[in-house]
Amino acid sequence: MKRKTRTRFFLVSASVLAAVFLLGVLGLPPLGHYRGPYGDVVNALTVPERHVTDAVTLVNFDVRGFDTLGEEYILFTSVMAVALLLRRQRDEPRRRHRDHAPGRKGVEASDAVRVVSLVLSGILVTFGIYVVTHGQLTPGGGFQGGVILATAPLLMYVAGEFENFRRAVPRQLVHIAEALGACGYGLIGLATMAAGGAFLQNTLPFGTTGSIVSGGTIPLIDLSVGLEVSGGLAVLLIVYMEETLEHKEE
Amino acid sequence: MLPLIQAMVLLFVAAGAAVVALTRDPVAQALVVSFYGLLLAILFFVFQAPDVSLSQIVIGAVALPLMILLALTKIKKQEHEKKD
Repeated sequence: MKRKTRTRFFLVSASVLAAVFLLGVLGLPPLGHYRGPYGDVVNALTVPERHVTDAVTLVNFDVRGFDTLGEEYILFTSVMAVALLLRRQRDEPRRRHRDHAPGRKGVEASDAVRVVSLVLSGILVTFGIYVVTHGQLTPGGGFQGGVILATAPLLMYVAGEFENFRRAVPRQLVHIAEALGACGYGLIGLATMAAGGAFLQNTLPFGTTGSIVSGGTIPLIDLSVGLEVSGGLAVLLIVYMEETLEHKEE
Repeated sequence: MLPLIQAMVLLFVAAGAAVVALTRDPVAQALVVSFYGLLLAILFFVFQAPDVSLSQIVIGAVALPLMILLALTKIKKQEHEKKD
C-alpha cells in the first residue's frame, strides 16, 4: 500500500473512532457521580465492617479473593514457563556473564551514578516493604510492592556489573520466595475452610481500623502475593538478563 | 481546578502516545515509552486511582522498557553473529 492511501485510510478510521469515542465519553456520568450498586456495597463494607481503609485491596484480596488467586497463578505459571524455556542447556558452557553490547565498548558507571544507585536501592527496598505491608491501609499492596522489591536490585546492575545484581538476588532465594508466596495463598484459603468458612472467606478478627494487622486475612494474603510477585519478577529478570548478556571467557 | 488538570493530563497523554508512535528508532522508543508510562501513571492519579497508578509506574515505566531493551539487545546480538 502506498503511503498516501495508508494515510487516507488512517484518517478515515481515526475520525470514525474519534466520533464514537466522543459519543461514549459524553454519555458518561460526571466524575464522582457513581450510579451502579457495587461501589456502594464495597464502600459500606470497607471501613465499617472489614476495618480496612483501601477499598481496592479489600476488593482484590477479600471480595474477589478467588479471582486474585487465579491471577497470581497466571503470573506463577508464566514465570515458570519462561524459566523453563530459557534454562541452561546441558551442553551450554558455564561462564560468567559480561555486560557488553556487541560492536561497541561498555562504559563504566560514573561515580555519580554509583552513589545515587547505592543510596536509592536501600530506600526503594524499604519503600517496597512499606507498600506490601500497608496494602490494606494505603494505595498499593502485594503486587505493586512486589514489583518495586524485584526492580530495586536493578540499581546494583546499573551501578556495577551483572554479578553484583546476581549476588544481591540469589536465584535459589527468589525461587523459594516465589514458591512460598504461591502456596501461601492457597494454604490461607484451605485454613479458612478448616476454620469452618468458605474457601478464602475472611474468618480472622478484623482488628482496629488503621492498624497494620487489621482486615483479618487481607494482610496475610497481601504478604503472600508480595512474596510471589517479587520472587517471580526477580526470577524473570535474572533469566532474561542471563540470556541477553554476553558470556565472559574465563 | 481538578477538571482543568485532568484535561491537561489527557492532552499530554494523547500527545505522548503520538510521540511514541512517531519515534522510529526502537531504542529511543523504549525510552520514550517509559516516559509515556509515567504520563499514564499521572493520568490514573488525577482520576483518583492511586493503586492503578502505582502498578503503572513499576510496570509501564520500569519493567516494560527494560524488557524491550533486553529483547533489542538479543536481536542485535543475533544479527551481529550472523554477520561474522
